[in-house]
Amino acid sequence: MMNFRKRKIKWGFVFFFTPVFLWLSLLFVMPHLELLRLSFVGTDYYGKSGFTLGNYAAFFTEPAYWLTFARTATYSIVITLIVLMIALPMAFYITKVVGLRVRGLLNLMVIVPFWVSVLIRVYGWMIILRESGIINRVLIGLGIWKTPMEMLYNDVSLVIGLVHTNLLFMLVPIIGVMDSLDDSLIEAASNLGANKLMVWWKIILPHCMSGIMSGSIIVFMLITGSYITPSLMGGKNSQWFTQQIYNQFIIAFNWNQGAAFGLLLLAISSLIVWIALKVTRQKLGEVVK
Amino acid sequence: MIRTLPNTSGYKIGFNLFAGAYFLFLFAPLVMVCILAFNDSMFPALPWYGFTLDWFIGKGPGKVGLFYNPLNMNAILTSLKVAFGVSLLSTFVGTCAAFLFDQEEFRFKKLFYLLMIAPMVVPGVILGISTLSFVNSLGGLIERTIGIDLRILSPGLFLVMCGQSAFITTFVALVVIARLRKFDRTLEEAAYNLGATRFEVIWHITLKFLRPSIIGGAAVAFLLSFENFNTTLFLIGSKPTLPIALFAQIRDGGTPVVNAVSVLLMFGMSLVALGNLYLSRKNDGK
Repeated sequence: MMNFRKRKIKWGFVFFFTPVFLWLSLLFVMPHLELLRLSFVGTDYYGKSGFTLGNYAAFFTEPAYWLTFARTATYSIVITLIVLMIALPMAFYITKVVGLRVRGLLNLMVIVPFWVSVLIRVYGWMIILRESGIINRVLIGLGIWKTPMEMLYNDVSLVIGLVHTNLLFMLVPIIGVMDSLDDSLIEAASNLGANKLMVWWKIILPHCMSGIMSGSIIVFMLITGSYITPSLMGGKNSQWFTQQIYNQFIIAFNWNQGAAFGLLLLAISSLIVWIALKVTRQKLGEVVK
Repeated sequence: MIRTLPNTSGYKIGFNLFAGAYFLFLFAPLVMVCILAFNDSMFPALPWYGFTLDWFIGKGPGKVGLFYNPLNMNAILTSLKVAFGVSLLSTFVGTCAAFLFDQEEFRFKKLFYLLMIAPMVVPGVILGISTLSFVNSLGGLIERTIGIDLRILSPGLFLVMCGQSAFITTFVALVVIARLRKFDRTLEEAAYNLGATRFEVIWHITLKFLRPSIIGGAAVAFLLSFENFNTTLFLIGSKPTLPIALFAQIRDGGTPVVNAVSVLLMFGMSLVALGNLYLSRKNDGK
């Protein structure tokens, strides 16, 4: 009997394993290995291609490249923190402050805008902020401004767009952990004389750390990898690193350079995530659930 | 501080104002897009010239509505095709992955599991360029060795489907695994004891139990594929999907047709999402 079942299970294993193996190898592992190979290939003056470190060297010697890179990384960290600062009180409001009946409604209202694609949300902001946009029309109509002002295509509009498109991915994990925080802990601390700041610092934040980390990691990755928002809402002189990759691949048709850029982007985002995990002593397995 | 503790009215008002500002920030762009789809104007901007449906059903001249706009209608059709293909492929493979990681034991299982999660955390742009590079090299290799130029391996809808499935399959797998973990394995054992084969057990028992999560996973796959931009950008050929077509129109300052498409999209997405929500509620209730 045992033998019989064992053989059956082997067939099941083959049936399940084959598609998964094909998917991961053909659509994920081999493409990335090929990207890695391409990033070490260069063409010399005679048109012969061979191994080179030149693609990576170009990144470090050309300020336009690494400045964009540093800018993307810095802005991603700052924007992630802004998103966190907005999401924390909002999650607290939804899980602990409002009445239980309103809660379900708020939960739904928080999610609904995210069913709409990023592109349309960014378009909405463009309609609001641009020179012929809603804000300018209204303010001029009210006589507050005389001439329209361009509020799009600068760093502030870029931050607005990226915060708006990523809020939910921070909010959901934090609501999840905050929900599991027992109210009586906060009540006890409060009864024993702790002020609000103390309660946040000693009770709420430590309890929510896993949710904060997973939210921050997801949001950070989404921001560094975003393309739509920086290209439509950011300034003309301040590119995002994903746009550099696009330029190399599609416009300059220099795939080797573009491959090196892609791997550098992958490396920096993995590195920052790794540092964040180390600093807060979390494990990736717990964060990516 | 919380609802069970006495709070000053200032604290409550402050928090309510914050929440109000939050929702204003969240909904303002969407509401504006919707309102301006019905403005009788050539530009998606104020002032308000009156209500019209021309940007949906106008036949021109002047205002050509969405339903008579071949660029956007074709793009919607292309996106539907791609999303359909991707949900079929990723739902099948994702379900296989769920069974593999929940029910089978094999060497390097942990490593494979990590590998399966990885496509989710790789930026979409990088998935796009890696798929493009790999398929291009593969096509070149085939042409040099066998002498056949495989058209299917040049940028186009097939490539878009491959690139999107690479990460969407992970989402489906995680949705199905979450449900499979709740499955009572004694049900399977009972069926084995009654003489069922593994195939029969999976078909009649496990898949029945998994059905809501498989449908849910397919819906997620459809939505993710339909609105995917970053991966698609690098793999698209001459036929743009809707996000690619919309991006170009928005960048070059489009007409209110873009608003009309957005309204249509919001409507469709809400239908799928609400249907999905309804299904999952119904099944949780049981």
